[in-house]
Amino acid sequence: MTRAQLFIKRMMLHRVAVVCAGILSLLFLFALSAPILEMILNTDASKVNLFTRYQPFSLEHPLGTDELGRDLLVRLAYGGRVSLLVGFTAAIIAAAIGTLIGLVAGYFGGWLDTLLMRTTDSVIALPLLPLLIVLAVIDLEKLGIPASIANHQDIGLYRIIVIVSLVGWTGVARLVRGSVLSLRERPYITAARAMGVPAKRIILTHILPALTSPITVATTLSVGNIILFESILSFLGLGINPPTPSWGNMLTNAQELIWEAPTLAFFPGMLIFVTVLAFNFIGDGLQDALSPRSKKR
Amino acid sequence: MLTVIFVMSFVCYMLLGLMPGDPVDLLISADPKLTSEDAARLKALYGLDQPLLNRYLNWLTAAVQGDFGYSRLYAKPVLEVLWGALERTLVLMSIAFLLSVLLAIPTGMLAARRIHTPTDYSINFLCFAGISIPSFWLALMLILLFSVILGWLPANATPLGQVGFFQKAQALILPVITLSMVSIGGVTRYVRSSMYETLHQDYITTAYAKGLSESQVVWRHGLRNSMIPVVTILSLDLGAFFSGAVIVEIMFAYPGMGKMLFDAINGSDYNLALVGLLLATLVTLLANFLADVSYVGLDPRISYQEQSK
Repeated sequence: MTRAQLFIKRMMLHRVAVVCAGILSLLFLFALSAPILEMILNTDASKVNLFTRYQPFSLEHPLGTDELGRDLLVRLAYGGRVSLLVGFTAAIIAAAIGTLIGLVAGYFGGWLDTLLMRTTDSVIALPLLPLLIVLAVIDLEKLGIPASIANHQDIGLYRIIVIVSLVGWTGVARLVRGSVLSLRERPYITAARAMGVPAKRIILTHILPALTSPITVATTLSVGNIILFESILSFLGLGINPPTPSWGNMLTNAQELIWEAPTLAFFPGMLIFVTVLAFNFIGDGLQDALSPRSKKR
Repeated sequence: MLTVIFVMSFVCYMLLGLMPGDPVDLLISADPKLTSEDAARLKALYGLDQPLLNRYLNWLTAAVQGDFGYSRLYAKPVLEVLWGALERTLVLMSIAFLLSVLLAIPTGMLAARRIHTPTDYSINFLCFAGISIPSFWLALMLILLFSVILGWLPANATPLGQVGFFQKAQALILPVITLSMVSIGGVTRYVRSSMYETLHQDYITTAYAKGLSESQVVWRHGLRNSMIPVVTILSLDLGAFFSGAVIVEIMFAYPGMGKMLFDAINGSDYNLALVGLLLATLVTLLANFLADVSYVGLDPRISYQEQSK
């Protein structure tokens, strides 16, 4: 294989990721511009108007209106804010939990390692969705959280971020542990230990920085999964609650209305699909770019 | 394995204890004539006034003796309700699983043999699409296409009344397609990467050197050797596969474990939800165990007599 061919191949692999990054930026812009869109179109996406139900595509409502006469395009933009926010926040929290567990398990080893990794493996093997459903319906007041917080209107958002990050950390934990195991035996770590550097400092200054790229890859890949989980739970009516739109809960009613208004079912799902796809491709591209050895996959 | 089930039963019991309301609250809301003294007496009768931990221990004692309690929604012993549901879920899952593995193996092998060619890239793209597609939306779109627009297949996987085998099979087509489409991408990618690695081993070169044809090398020497990591990952993925089945069952109103669990949780049927969750866990763990056993068939070097793991 000539170098030119190799170069083209690399470009091919990266180009998909680059295109996906472009698509994602557009989606971000779209979500951010929700209030602006609302202003331009001169509609109020949260106002119910039963006279304008199920309108077809038009200049006034580019994607038509939903079953309560709200503009679909603007609601998609607002829903995107929620879905992307949940995706990112939960992925970062999950990555933090996973990194911590992976670092502790990998660095200290022994029974702690066995215990943590057994737990991780069990969580991976479990059917998570039923558990998530249970977690999504538990009564916060029974956990001792004051009623004023437990019944707050935004609680659905925080709750889903917490729930999804509670199950999303496993991938990062395994990856980090694996890397720590090999890093731990490197001469510079042994040297640091011989000089009497405390474990906490070795982990923070010598091991953690070396893990940046695998953690980035794993986090990017998990954003997609987390958005999927969020949309499923919201779709089942257990995540983000209406009237706050999210791509998942916009599909809830669409299922019943599939005869009357198929477009209502099409667009939110398409956006979830494209977003998740983009995140997965970028994660894959990053993996190739950051570790040339992982070409085999 | 028993430890995991034990821990799971504890965790699930605690979580379900945190769900809103309890059975007596539900009785009160159903019958306005109940006074608060009645309620207190009922709670004492069912042991609901005791701390959660005591209730768990009581439940566990009964469960170990084979008494899993009654389902509130179905007014039948929990196990009776669950067996039927489990059977239906296993039917759905095994057909979808077989279908996706049977399609994924040749596709993944093709991609591995044509690695970094347009064929490989297209297969890879399709795999990513399969991994990324929201299963409930895929189900909706399939219903839209095949049930609403074309009218070929029913959108509901529970045929009403007594129907023949044909109708039952027909009703299963869409659920099976949905479930296999969301899992096939992952499987294909595992097959591809494992196959690619295998094809670069020395014994493959040897096989070519002794004059075997490409198909003989790939199918006889490549396939079997590349299956071990695939089986490992597949068994780890079974939990996710079950989660996929839950969605599919809810979407198509298929009365399997997933639908039942969802209804039980929504309908405050604590016993059913608890035992259902445990049964789902148990089945997943059993499947993992079966995967471990199947290594012996795939790789004669592995034997469970020698190692005490």
